[in-house]
This record gives sequence, C-alpha cells and structure tokens, in this order.
Amino acid sequence: MANGSVFVRRELMIRFVRAFNNGTLETDLDRFAVEMRPRLGQSSRCCIYHDRAVIKYRLMSLLGFSCEEETDEARTLASYYREAIERETPVNVAETIPLSVCEAGCSGCPSARVIVTPNCRGCLNRPCMYSCPKGAISIVNQVSTIDYSKCINCGKCTTVCPYHAIVKTTVPCEEACPTGAIHKDPDGHTRIDMEKCISCGNCFSKCPFSAILERSQMLDVMKAIKNGEKVVAMIAPAIEPQIAGSIEQLFTAVSKLGFTDVMEVAIGAEETTAREAEEFKEKMLAGERLMTTSCCPAYVELVRKFVPELMKYVSHTPSPMVLAAEIARKEHPGCKVVFVGPCVAKRIEGARNNIDFVLSFEELLGMLAGSGIDIIACEPMKLPRAAISDARGFAKSSGVTQAVVNELGNFKDDFKLDAKAINGIEKKTISILKLYAAGKLPGNFLEVMCCPGGCVNGPCSLKK
Amino acid sequence: MKKMTLEICSGTTCYMLGANNLLNIENEMPSELRGLAEVRALPCMGLCNDKELSGAPYVKLNGKVIEKATPEKIYDAMRALIEE
Repeated sequence: MANGSVFVRRELMIRFVRAFNNGTLETDLDRFAVEMRPRLGQSSRCCIYHDRAVIKYRLMSLLGFSCEEETDEARTLASYYREAIERETPVNVAETIPLSVCEAGCSGCPSARVIVTPNCRGCLNRPCMYSCPKGAISIVNQVSTIDYSKCINCGKCTTVCPYHAIVKTTVPCEEACPTGAIHKDPDGHTRIDMEKCISCGNCFSKCPFSAILERSQMLDVMKAIKNGEKVVAMIAPAIEPQIAGSIEQLFTAVSKLGFTDVMEVAIGAEETTAREAEEFKEKMLAGERLMTTSCCPAYVELVRKFVPELMKYVSHTPSPMVLAAEIARKEHPGCKVVFVGPCVAKRIEGARNNIDFVLSFEELLGMLAGSGIDIIACEPMKLPRAAISDARGFAKSSGVTQAVVNELGNFKDDFKLDAKAINGIEKKTISILKLYAAGKLPGNFLEVMCCPGGCVNGPCSLKK
Repeated sequence: MKKMTLEICSGTTCYMLGANNLLNIENEMPSELRGLAEVRALPCMGLCNDKELSGAPYVKLNGKVIEKATPEKIYDAMRALIEE
C-alpha cells in the first residue's frame, strides 16, 4: 500500500504536468513547495520548512537532475528548468545510475543492530545470554545488556526471548539492496555505490520516506510531443493489473496525450520468444550446457558486475523492449520511442539500446492525471495488433520460460529442456549464480527475474 | 434502513492519490458495516481541479463529499450515518 511520501511524489507529478500544459511551469516550480506546505498548514515531517526542502529536491528529480548534482543551494528551480528545457537528450543514465539519495528526505536511519528494549524482565532462565554464540550478553542490574564489541548482529537472542524484548533494528534501503551498494559514508550520509548498484529499485520502493529519487524523463517526453515530434509509447504488459479500466481504454487515454502511436511491448515479446527458443535450441544442439534469460535488465546488470563468468551464458536475444522499438521505428520512420514500465533498471537498458526515453507507470499516470484524462471515461481502443497471452505473460515470474517452452513445442525433441527459475534477486543470489556459472547446479535454461513474482511487482508498480 | 451509496472517484488523479486502495472496500469493511452501502466507482467528479488537488482521493457517501478518503474515514462516516 502506498504511503504518505508516495502521495506527495505523485501530487507533485500531477502539479508539474498541469503547469507544463498551462505553459507556467517555469514560474510555478518555485511556488509548489509553499503552496503544498503553507505557513499555517500541517507538515509531514518536523516542520513545513523541512517538507519544503524535500519537495524542492523531488522537483529537481522530476526535471531530470540528481540532487547530488546540486552545487549551488540558492539556485532556483526555474533555473534548473531552463537548463532542462534546452537539453537535446536526457542525461545518459547508463553512464551514471538513475537513482540518487535525497539527503534532505533521508531519515539517516541508525545502522542495523540488536537492541534490548524496556520489555526485558531480567528473567532467570536468560535464554538470550545462553543462546548468544559470542558471549556478548550479560545481565547488568537485572537487565539483559549487549556488549557491542562482541555482538555480531546474528539476531539469535531476538528469537529466543519469551518477552520479545530484544529486537533487531534495520535500515530498510540497506536491507533491501541485494548487492550491498547502499552504505553510509563516514559523515553518516547514505550513499549509493555506482560500481555496485544494479538499479533494481528495491531501495526506491522500500524506503519509508521515499528518499531515493529517480531521474525523470517526463519533461523530455512532454517537450518532444509539444514540439511536434513523432513519439511512440510502448507499454509494458505489467500495467494490466495496475490501472482502473482496461488496456484498451488506457491506450485511448495515452493517445490523447499526443503520442503518435501506442503499442504493447508484448508485441516485441512475441519476437523475443521465437528468437530465444531458436537460440536455445541452437546452443543446446551445439553442446552448450546452459542458457539464461536476458529480459530482466537488473539481472543482466547483476551478472555484468558480480558474476561476469556467467555472462557468456546470457541469451543474446534482444529484450521485448528493444524489439518493440524496432517495430515502432519501422512503422513510424524517424519517431522517438518511449518505454513505459514498472522498472528502474530499464532506464539503463534503454540508454544502452538507443531507446529515446523511459517512463515509469507512475509517471505515465501522472501525465494523464495532470492532463485531465480519465482512463475509465475513455472508449476502448481497438488494438491493431493485440499481443498473445504468452507474450503478455513475460511480466510474471516463469512467464518467459512458459513462452519459450510453448514455442519449443514446435521443435523435435533432440534435447531435453530442464528449466530452472530464480524468482527475485536477494543477497544470496550472487553465490547461487556463481554455482550455475561453475556448472555445479542442474538445469539448462535459467530464468531470473529480479522482482519476486516478476515485473508486475516492479519497484515502480502502482500497487506498491 | 435504506442502503447508503458510496461513490469512489476513480478518475486518474484520485486513483493515483489513493483511490486504488479503496476500490475493494466493499470486501474489506468491518462486518457490522458490510452490505450497508452500495459501492460504485465513478469517473472524475471534477473535485480535484487546481487548488483542491491535495484533497484527493474524493469519495461521496450519500452525496456528501469526503476528502483525503481512507477506509477509516469512510467507516467513521458510515457509523455516523447509522447513528443519525
């Protein structure tokens, strides 16, 4: 369920789009924070001034900047707007990362550790003391006391206390990050390590303050449409369970935004399936022992950065997004293409594969809401090429495997398919992948989806 | 007692700002309230323009507008109606 900080982010998107459509964005940008948090109004944080500061950085990210780029704190949003509106292409996120930490919004959660709460009764059985493998717990003044020079944060004591008096505090972003890319610098500021970040977006969706920001390309898309360029929207199949109304109504709504054409990314998934099945067959017949999927960009980043020895087993078949873009460009020569999905890592894959823009579902809905377009009030659009359900199934875990299995049904059984899947990337996934690379685990077709359940649970999905 | 009408704005703005969590409210109501209201999802009711954006999501209970609607606010309003 979405929380307060998510609604602030969405309300800002809607205001942003409304002002863009009115032609007043440049002057309105510096007013939003005050309008949303007036002097005598309520604040979500300690005071309205803190709220206003965070709103400023959210608007910077909507303009496509990372708050870490700020060198002059006094610089107005109007000035950032002028820079953004002049740029020919958005910042290339493949050369950086699409995420940044908003320091003003970050609560600076204390590092994860085990603490004894006042619920401790100093009981005589002392299971905490006896279960501690490091002898870090003693009873001082009838209360369980932890010696942090010995404690290794294993959490055993938290599970044995009959009063639930010992708890492990967490840092949600650090806990959610599967690669250890988030840490605190010596000054206590949360940082994302570019070398380790795979842009999975877990921190983005798990931070209870929504203090992780995405560089948006919404302004770039709206500008291209306004300038009369041909822009084609490609919508990922994961959107279906996310909206009020049907896909067909959504397509009408999106075309009202001024896109030249709207298509399903699943159209590309049909081609991906056919090619991936063909590639798999060829590889198996050539005696290779493993092929693993390429459609989840966060997984591919994980392999690239942490298990490079597995790279040669990653399928070379382009992802549905890339193939959908080929179709769009064929049908609308000279067009710009926008991928719309629930994914942060697609921003990187898009930048690497000549996709002009990437938007999140949230940003697309923000554009619709800000333009006063109601999905459920729209007539359903007749889809010129509705994708088959196997292709739409790419958005769910094991969907890729299912599509490829169905496709392989057309081939003669010259080899046996042994499909395995990893449903959600966790901290331990890297070591499992190393075992696959070393040939120590069974299976010749490995599907990996970064998000548990697949793209439908992506970090930018609206149901979160 | 006459059935109440609970209209949930499902315009894109309200949907984004929380109405998506209200659409299933009929099945999530506390047992004493279940079945007492007819729940309908409506297109944009036009309540969210300019200044009033911060009041989304909007719902109407027997025609009376509830701003920043949450399940709890709706239940309270329903209970108040029952007591009337």
